[in-house]
Amino acid sequence: MNDIVSGLTQAVRLIATLDANLVEISLRSLQVTLSATVIASALGLPLGAWLAVSRFRLRRVVIATLNALMGLPPVVVGLIVYVMLSRSGPLGVLGLLFTPTAMIIAQVIIITPIIASIAHQAIRELWADYHDLLISLHTTRAQRVATLLWDSRRALLTASLAGFGRAIGEVGAIMIVGGNIDHATRVLTTAIALETAKGDFAMALALGFVLIGLALAINLALHVLSGTERGSRW
Amino acid sequence: MVTNLLPLRITDLELRRAGRRILGPISLTLEGRGITVVLGPNGSGKTSLLRAMHGLERLSAGRIDWACGEAVARARQAFVFQTPILMRRSVLDCIAYPLVLDGVGRRAARAAARAMADSVGLTGVALDAPASVLSGGERQKMALARALIRQPQILFLDEPCANLDNASTREIETVLLRESARGVRIVMSTHNVGQARRLADEIVFLFAGRLHEAAPAREFFAGPATPEARAHIAGDLPT
Repeated sequence: MNDIVSGLTQAVRLIATLDANLVEISLRSLQVTLSATVIASALGLPLGAWLAVSRFRLRRVVIATLNALMGLPPVVVGLIVYVMLSRSGPLGVLGLLFTPTAMIIAQVIIITPIIASIAHQAIRELWADYHDLLISLHTTRAQRVATLLWDSRRALLTASLAGFGRAIGEVGAIMIVGGNIDHATRVLTTAIALETAKGDFAMALALGFVLIGLALAINLALHVLSGTERGSRW
Repeated sequence: MVTNLLPLRITDLELRRAGRRILGPISLTLEGRGITVVLGPNGSGKTSLLRAMHGLERLSAGRIDWACGEAVARARQAFVFQTPILMRRSVLDCIAYPLVLDGVGRRAARAAARAMADSVGLTGVALDAPASVLSGGERQKMALARALIRQPQILFLDEPCANLDNASTREIETVLLRESARGVRIVMSTHNVGQARRLADEIVFLFAGRLHEAAPAREFFAGPATPEARAHIAGDLPT
């Protein structure tokens, strides 16, 4: 209990004094996670919509695989990305290992199936409602996908936020591919892991509270900006 | 205006669901102008026939041939569903949607949508409000405006007034008569004999998935050819 109170106090102190280290790793956390969320949304949302409106032979297999990949173990993803980016790996020439870019790549792989699966579910329901109308209006497949993405944008925001939530709290993969290097690849989650390993539970908890606060702030900001709770009868 | 689209020839059309025949075989030719009413009790296959003509159903047998070819015909027709399909958009954006699909700029499309809303009697409604706040009659007018905004040559309507009160029904019928007078070929279904009498130039009577009679409305009501049609007009059949 003492650790929790102490952690909370320390969190307030770190934020109030705008601790340079805290600001740096928080900004890096946001940079990595937001980049990964934007890239994964750009891939996952159209993929979800395309799966909803398309009929092809292995469609069910693809959807089942996508759903299964939602539970992809981050450590395994980290390991695979590590092997691919390591000097002896096929992409080693790019020199990306132990950089924020490598962390973004790992997070994109982890959260794209989550975003695509949730998007597919939401868009499939809307497609059932719109099917006859869009066929009747002689729409192309691209027009259908665009219409469904636009009209289910609020549900898709939830899909992206689910991906963001998973990414910002992720530690296993980015620890492996980022290396938790001070002033280079250290982010909030890897810093928490480090402080815990050092036995500084108060600092670890303080960083944890900051992490939770950041996640909440981003979610609230996006909901307010997108007007999710306005015009609730759309 | 419609001479190059019609005649529409339906030959031995059949629809099956789960091995059961729900419609056909039907052979029918639609030509000329005016309003064709597909009449019959519930479950007679009216909706299925309209959907098949519009290309929304995969035929189990038979064929549908437009004079101008299917691709051209599909682009020049519109469909109003019995239950209006509401998009998660404002009333105005729902009406403008077909024009936006055609590449018309949003401002021009919304201006045309506003004029079309006015022309179908969608007045006193906040056009920038979500379509879901509309009443039943207003929703059907919105769907009609959306169907008309591309200026189709053929308009299909599936029981457009089935759930509407008398005032809304009259307003919709007024719009249909006006559009027909302007040269839009209208094909609509109803089980309402009164509505068929008020609107139809031609009647296609279906019963239990079969075509019983296709005749000019005056002839049909003066002397229906089958006992089922006679009974339906007399109100003897359950609907």
